Amino acid sequence: MSSRTGFVGDAWARLPKRVRVLALPVTVLLLVAFYPNYYQDLFSALGGGTTGQLAPTVPTMVVMCVYVTMALGLNVVVGYAGLLDLGYVAFYAAGAYIAGWFATLQFAPDNVHFLSVGVLPVLPGLHFNVWLLLVVGAVFATILGIIIGLPTLRLRGDYLAIVTLGFGEIIPQAVNNGDDWLGHNVTNGPNGLTPIDSLGFGVSIHNTVSFLPSSYRLEINSADYYYWTGLVMVLFTLFCCIRLRDSRLGRAWVAIREDEIAAAAMGVPLMRTKTLAYAIGAFFGGMAGCFYAIFKSSTFPQDFSLNISIAVLCMVILGGMGNVWGVCLGGAVLSYLNYQGLEALGNNLNKVAGTSFNIPQYTFGIFGIIIVSMMLVRPQGLIPTARRKIELEAGVEGGSLYDASA
Amino acid sequence: MTAQSGTSRRPVLAALPRFSQQINRVLTWIVVGLFVVWVVGNFINAPKQFVSVFLLGITLGCIYALVALGYTLVYGIIELINFAHGDVFMWGSMVCVTVSASWFGLNGSQAWYVTAPLVLVTIAATVAFCATLNVAIERVAYRPLRNAPKLAPLITAIGMSFILQNAAALVYGFVEQPLPDILPTKALFTIGGIPYTQKSLLIVLITIPVLLVLSYLVRATRQGKAMRAVAQDMDASRMMGIDVDRTIAFTFALGGSLAGAAGVLFVMYQTSTRYDLGFQLGLFAFTAAVLGGIGNLTGAALGAVLIGLIQAFNEGLSWHTPGSSWTQSLIFSILILVLVFRPQGLLGEEVPDRA
Repeated sequence: MSSRTGFVGDAWARLPKRVRVLALPVTVLLLVAFYPNYYQDLFSALGGGTTGQLAPTVPTMVVMCVYVTMALGLNVVVGYAGLLDLGYVAFYAAGAYIAGWFATLQFAPDNVHFLSVGVLPVLPGLHFNVWLLLVVGAVFATILGIIIGLPTLRLRGDYLAIVTLGFGEIIPQAVNNGDDWLGHNVTNGPNGLTPIDSLGFGVSIHNTVSFLPSSYRLEINSADYYYWTGLVMVLFTLFCCIRLRDSRLGRAWVAIREDEIAAAAMGVPLMRTKTLAYAIGAFFGGMAGCFYAIFKSSTFPQDFSLNISIAVLCMVILGGMGNVWGVCLGGAVLSYLNYQGLEALGNNLNKVAGTSFNIPQYTFGIFGIIIVSMMLVRPQGLIPTARRKIELEAGVEGGSLYDASA
Repeated sequence: MTAQSGTSRRPVLAALPRFSQQINRVLTWIVVGLFVVWVVGNFINAPKQFVSVFLLGITLGCIYALVALGYTLVYGIIELINFAHGDVFMWGSMVCVTVSASWFGLNGSQAWYVTAPLVLVTIAATVAFCATLNVAIERVAYRPLRNAPKLAPLITAIGMSFILQNAAALVYGFVEQPLPDILPTKALFTIGGIPYTQKSLLIVLITIPVLLVLSYLVRATRQGKAMRAVAQDMDASRMMGIDVDRTIAFTFALGGSLAGAAGVLFVMYQTSTRYDLGFQLGLFAFTAAVLGGIGNLTGAALGAVLIGLIQAFNEGLSWHTPGSSWTQSLIFSILILVLVFRPQGLLGEEVPDRA
């Protein structure tokens, strides 16, 4: 501690430990929380115009919140429990369609309103409270996760991956064909469900606490409100993930990841533990999907391609499987690149070089390169967990640790 | 070993371990029974149409078989689901378009004695290209991860698949690549209003010898013996003096050349290809490999023909068929059902540790 020199270093060392530990997270949190307030300044600081595009807009930040939530959810499945899930998009779709069913005109002749905000009572269709739907969407995804998980989780590693991939392909197609399920129009097929009701606090709360808008969509800076809501969602997910990681369940997941048979021998109930990982991962996926659908005010089957599952997986790998901070970083960086960054970079490059190369078209090629080079060069991710690092270096699963005695 | 895998394999029905086997068997028979009823019902409903769709399914199944064998060879030897395999197949079809249409200028108007050798040269060139590509992928992306946790190469394979797709898009663009009808399209006979063309027959006639050669290679040659040895126990075969790396590279070359041949046949049959067509077709072929029993060559071919038939029946017949918008779901449902209830496939033997 005395190795730090100079006045600043001394002052830093003299601060209570609690302050030193919290300094970085609090700074980051403040910077992130007030992002909409200084976005314009950042835009100008980068020179505006084409270079200013590099600064993520507030809607991009909302999308980043959604993807970070999903990446954290997938991290529970892939990072903690070591179950490769290639169909994570199914849960995202489940959440989105809950919002689509219970907050649109889809079931129009029926007119059910339940604590809905910002919707005229005469508007036909089902209109439930959208906050409630975030929970319902998450729970629905959880149930779906359990239903998919129970028969499939007994499969090992790569077989599980392919089965989840199958589900991830079946569910979007079922949704796409859902305008004619035995003659019923359930999902409105490729035309999707739109418009979905906006988030909001209702008039009575707005009148008491004036900074809580009655309905986000009526505000000029509605994206800011979505962003702050999304941020709360991310913080909630982060909190849950950290608490889960340090819990008895979290240790059971790690045990299963490292050696399934040994974990079973130690009394870890395999099926229950795995299903819980799957269900909890699905919970966050569903919540993110529901929130994103509400933010976009629409949901389409085309939103749920395999590419999304792979992109989220890529976020987890880039950040460092199992490490929540790494996964947050990976999710934020890749979703930024996907939604704005690559296009902005491409525009800037084209402007400088005078070319007209369309970089965003090759987004998934770039993701592929990221996946492969990460696996080859730094498989533990940008911010690895100590345990994962040892595991990857020693090759526990390959059995090389026991070669001498075996 | 049996005791260990017993706990991990059937915990859903852990309370009734003795019945689970029977339940599986009964469910399998119910599904097979329903399938047979469906096929027979369709046959009675429209016999002529059934025969023409059946022939179509066989042709499709032959192409799937070539791709499925590549999956099954690679899985058999290093237990890796090579997601990039479908994209190697797609590259094969792309290279075929370049070589046959752009370089040789084939467009179906030439005489057969001009076309036939050039088609053979095209096949040879494509096969060589795809074999090299597959070996290169193995060298770059899979070999360094041979001792890593098992999921690492699987994830890399997905990444490779995306890279190959985008590379194809970069070279050939995002649009369909058309190829004129090079193979003769004269109808041999017409049944149920649909002509059975010479090119459909040619596909079957080319596939069968390829399968026989492959079977001979694996069963009777020294290299095939080495492959089987490595598949059984990598460490033991290394001790016996087998060059494991070379054997695995050879397997990838073999798989790649099959994918290349399939690519040529596919694009000559369908007369167009696209940068993103490999992934899904690859998954269908993988389903075929799983259905037949992964690691089993005969099983892969059989599964492929079955999958081809199911797809053709679903898209071409009308008696209780979900229709082409459900093909993907239907085939993936088969994949899931087989993996969950009969992971050893139709012809595979029960290997407790595999699934």
